[in-house]
Amino acid sequence: MKTFELTRADDPGQAIAVAAKANTAQQGADIRFIAGGTNLVDYMKLNVETPRKLVDVNHLPFDKIENLPDGGLKIGAVVRNSDLAYHPIVRKNYAVLSEALLSGASPQLRNMATTAGNLLQRTRCMYFRDTAMPCNKREPGSGCAAITGVNRGLAILGTSEDCIASNPSDMNVAMSALEATIHIRGPKGERSVPIGDFHLLPGNTPNRETVLEPGDLITHVTLPPPSPGNRSLYLKLRDRASFEFALASAAVVITADGGKITRARVALGGVGTKPWRSPEAEAELTGQSATPAVFQKAAVAALRDAKPQSQNGFKVELAKRCLVHALKLVTQTA
Amino acid sequence: MASLLASAGPVLGERSRDEAAAIPETKEAMAAVEGAIPVTLRVNGKKYDLQIDPRTTLLDCLREHLHLTGSKKGCDHGQCGACTVHVNGRRMNSCLCLAAMYQGDEITTIEGVGQPGNLHPIQEAFVAHDAYQCGYCTCGQIMSAVALLTEPVGPEDAEIKELMSGNICRCGAYQNIVAAIQSVRQSARPEKAG
Repeated sequence: MKTFELTRADDPGQAIAVAAKANTAQQGADIRFIAGGTNLVDYMKLNVETPRKLVDVNHLPFDKIENLPDGGLKIGAVVRNSDLAYHPIVRKNYAVLSEALLSGASPQLRNMATTAGNLLQRTRCMYFRDTAMPCNKREPGSGCAAITGVNRGLAILGTSEDCIASNPSDMNVAMSALEATIHIRGPKGERSVPIGDFHLLPGNTPNRETVLEPGDLITHVTLPPPSPGNRSLYLKLRDRASFEFALASAAVVITADGGKITRARVALGGVGTKPWRSPEAEAELTGQSATPAVFQKAAVAALRDAKPQSQNGFKVELAKRCLVHALKLVTQTA
Repeated sequence: MASLLASAGPVLGERSRDEAAAIPETKEAMAAVEGAIPVTLRVNGKKYDLQIDPRTTLLDCLREHLHLTGSKKGCDHGQCGACTVHVNGRRMNSCLCLAAMYQGDEITTIEGVGQPGNLHPIQEAFVAHDAYQCGYCTCGQIMSAVALLTEPVGPEDAEIKELMSGNICRCGAYQNIVAAIQSVRQSARPEKAG
């Protein structure tokens, strides 16, 4: 690990002022916020991240989960994944989020990892993790070893010729189906970004993963009020029963009335270069009866643009079945 | 955070030995390290004033500076759980914690959970159920199991398995680990987090 200076921020303005001097807020940032550290310390040990300054944001006043006047929920940036997952309101109104969080990592890691940190979780692509290998995300222009290498776990949606790294977060998938909004405070003031616009497709700049600029500090995430009568569910398929990243996952938020789907929100995990909301699947479901044939049409639509690599072609069918099964489960009891 | 924190049982009882532990040889050795910073940690009820490199993880600090070698280094990347300790009653992977970020927190290691002659019920159950073979992962398993007693978890074996998944045992003592934990839960009926 390269050495660094560790500073503790006691108010947001101080944290932002320090981080505003960073060369970038993306891969290779020389100044980084640190909260749970589950991802960043791991990558610092691998020399994938080599910040010269860390700003400890754990003591900023962003550790609360609060009801909003409109019926929605405000989730502080440093709320731990375990606290969010077990929060009674989250379990009751946003079950998909609780299930997604509890399907991710281990209890120890969930006690450390934060909401904002999970939003910024980096890929598990082994070539990104290995500084001896080329990787356009880690070192722009060095090439992509995954496209011609071991790519079984990597993305089939949103890929480019430069990068096929998958976004590993479960929380992000649920947040996408719940249409979360990310609230950011930066050197120029505050702004809010819908989660669908927060993560970037790799294109020819896979080192840029989010819209964050130097000094931008995520303060909280808001969820809209739960859609009346909705049922939601997260289904995760993986190589092991627990403590493993998704090969494919589906977050579904469905409102049905008399067997007819009146509202559908669908996002996929494990298959996209970013958390993969599927408006195509939602369009196939909305206004239709909750039947296996309709679910299948939605799944086909969601994976229509899939580009499998040499080893992950199975993910196309796996993701379809994952979505179909999630829709079956969530509508069974609706 | 509040609900879990509030309900996490005081594993140590209310120990408050505030005297700074004297480990002069360590302090002298570390003072020479370029870039070392002053760090004060509370571990198992004792306060330690240290000079450490900011890169020092909590695990390395416990083992190399405080000579509390019960916490083990397995993968050093948060994947195996051998390094599990409690911070303010919650289990964490100490290999991914930068020690300097945990000043003011109450850190508990296996040494603070129980000692020969005064074992924690989970430790006794591990012995009674033969819940280990080589023993390398055992301290981490016990730290996870002790924390689990105060976490929201249902009665079934399957839930124990899921919530112990952050602790890997290469000997494969899993069946007996689950049995040991269940025996304590069933006999003690510990308070649960809501």
